[in-house]
Amino acid sequence: MNLTVENAQKMIDDVLSVYPEKSRKKRSKHLGVHQEGNDTCDVKSNVKSLPGVMTIRGCAYAGSKGVVWGPIKDMIHISHGPVGCGQYSWASRRNYYIGTTGVDTFVTMQFTSDFQERDIVFGGDKKLAQIIDEIETLFPLNHGTTIQSECPIGLIGDDIEAVAKAKGKEYNKTIVPVRCEGFRGVSQSLGHHIANDTVRDWVFDKISPEEAKAGSGPYDVAIIGDYNIGGDAWSSRILLEEMGLNVVAQWSGDGTLQELRNTPKVRLNILHCYRSMNYISRHMEEKYGIPWVEYNFFGPSKIEASLRKIASHFDQTIQDGAERVIAKYKPLMQAVIDRYRPRLEGKTVMLYVGGLRPRHVIGAYEDLGMKVVGTGYEFGHNDDYKRTAEYVKDGTVLYDDVTGYEFEKFVEGIQPDLVGSGIKEKYVFQKMGIPFRQMHSWDYSGPYHGYDGFAIFARDMDMAINNPVWKMTKAPWKR
Amino acid sequence: MTGVDCNGKERDLMRQIAFYGKGGIGKSTTQQNTIACLAEMGKRIMIVGCDPKADSTRLILHSKCQDTVLSLAAEAGSVEDLELEDVLLKGWKDIKCVESGGPEPGVGCAGRGVITSINFLEENGAYEGLDYVAYDVLGDVVCGGFAMPIRENKAQEIYIVTSGEMMAMYAANNIAKGILKYAHSGGVRLGGLICNSRNTDCEAELIQELARRLNTQMIHYIPRDNVVQHAELRRMTVLEYDPNCAQAAEYRALAEKIEANTMKTIPTPITMDELEELLIDFGIMEVGDESIVGQAKA
Repeated sequence: MNLTVENAQKMIDDVLSVYPEKSRKKRSKHLGVHQEGNDTCDVKSNVKSLPGVMTIRGCAYAGSKGVVWGPIKDMIHISHGPVGCGQYSWASRRNYYIGTTGVDTFVTMQFTSDFQERDIVFGGDKKLAQIIDEIETLFPLNHGTTIQSECPIGLIGDDIEAVAKAKGKEYNKTIVPVRCEGFRGVSQSLGHHIANDTVRDWVFDKISPEEAKAGSGPYDVAIIGDYNIGGDAWSSRILLEEMGLNVVAQWSGDGTLQELRNTPKVRLNILHCYRSMNYISRHMEEKYGIPWVEYNFFGPSKIEASLRKIASHFDQTIQDGAERVIAKYKPLMQAVIDRYRPRLEGKTVMLYVGGLRPRHVIGAYEDLGMKVVGTGYEFGHNDDYKRTAEYVKDGTVLYDDVTGYEFEKFVEGIQPDLVGSGIKEKYVFQKMGIPFRQMHSWDYSGPYHGYDGFAIFARDMDMAINNPVWKMTKAPWKR
Repeated sequence: MTGVDCNGKERDLMRQIAFYGKGGIGKSTTQQNTIACLAEMGKRIMIVGCDPKADSTRLILHSKCQDTVLSLAAEAGSVEDLELEDVLLKGWKDIKCVESGGPEPGVGCAGRGVITSINFLEENGAYEGLDYVAYDVLGDVVCGGFAMPIRENKAQEIYIVTSGEMMAMYAANNIAKGILKYAHSGGVRLGGLICNSRNTDCEAELIQELARRLNTQMIHYIPRDNVVQHAELRRMTVLEYDPNCAQAAEYRALAEKIEANTMKTIPTPITMDELEELLIDFGIMEVGDESIVGQAKA
């Protein structure tokens, strides 16, 4: 379908027409078509999903344990409550890290308090204390523990803060109670916020003002909001280092507790996933006077702009460094584009992901001559949609917290050449005969960030779209 | 007594009753004294205490506190590790006694504990060969767990223990709301109000009127008598301590009324305003008292 503002709006209206009136009215506010010149993508967001629809969202526990805290590799993250939440969030979301698992790093291990009926009835604080003791015995090289609350902890009112305080004092370690019960908030987004707040209260507030700024160097920066999916943070970090910056912390992919503690001394926080870590960045700006800058390392055009934007916060040395880095990689990127652009030119993409990717990856597709014709956020807020306006074109369909039904119908109507979303969507669209890439896990590939990542991204998109299998989805007698 | 069950089979018809009421109103005392009378009448009875304090059976067992289902389960690992004999004790006149138990105040979830215990008793056949099961429940139905005894297939008749005090009546009305909620899904009915006298003004008339408005009856008025206290101090029911006293006769009368009770109704709870009106009608509150609301003593 060649999308215009008019026919896209008609498609939305048709899709909505099957809903009962109340649902239609509510959902219609979450769906829209971008019009050139409109500087906000003003669809409604960050409200409770409609009962009865299939939403793709997660919960606050997913936001804290799965996203923000989980990748901190030298701490042990206890899934506190019945076993299911821990079991199904086991092994993280491909947050790559360096270390010896089970000795000094623990990301792919799973710790749970495995609540039983008696823990619900009598409370689980004693069990929690015992678990922390056992962790200290079995994994003495851990640098701290976080307690990731599952729903029942909030319901029965366990005092995990008291346990954290007592055990933290006993072992002289950082023990962080996180009240990320899944029933809180409307999506995983609140879990990010709660987790950010616990970094503030249980890590930063324990650091003295002298220690916070000790040994600060002029080019110290922290990477905030990169979870190192498939090595993303690594392929970003090398660029920053090449331009002369000193990366003292990665939040939180391949990150450590000490890196969190290092961050108050940096000169600039460079923020990739705005949605999940803007809270702590704003806090550091207020408390420690650290400015923060958003950047986008998907695709050479955005990388180039971002490197210059980051460099603009520093002196000529760094600015020259940025230009040097851009110049160095330009021919390499041109080679990637020369190879893949002819195979991908004019292809259309529909996205539906979380965090920052519904807007951030658009530039990378455009570098390959592709066009993003639809995009939406699982758990975005108003400020995410505002930031999306500069990326999208006339007639791009916007869908917030899209339902399973709507997404299928939109893809059916638009017939894009590629859909980028998650594992739950993958097979639905592949069975419709439409190429698909998982854009949460990079489909077990990656990295996609940075110059190195772009080469892999281009290869993967080509591999999906131009796979000969798609020519065989129709039976010969039906062709 | 026998009857026909839903599958058309002739079997013992067990009555499941529960005592609810404001905290401290005398539920456990009234219940144990009444049940002692039913036992004296030859009825086979089990008491299920559903209060974390676990004091629903002390007068029958002469013990301070019986080992509870939940504390034994916590020691053993889980309820699956328990046997019925571990938790079911026999007291005076062979009354069977079980305490659900629960956590110490301020931790865990006592409501879930009640659910766990009752399920355990059912699954292990504690309900067989009985004429009565009596549940003694925490003062207020604060959450779903404490409503367990009034849900489907549990207590069928509820007796609300109250007095002529405003807050006791307020609690009684709230409990009536809870019964109404489950009356249609389950089949629970209100059996009556038991007035456990506090010697307040026009107490019996007031409770009779409240009962009328709630579409029920005041099944019995129990006068205040110190012999109850004397018996309690010896961890005994009045019936056992002084079987010939006047108070024992009162409890016998209540037990007989319960045994013969045919008035089981769906309650019609009233509003707070109506409740206050009632107090005005009986001259306990004055008309036009709005002006004194929130006013400190001059």
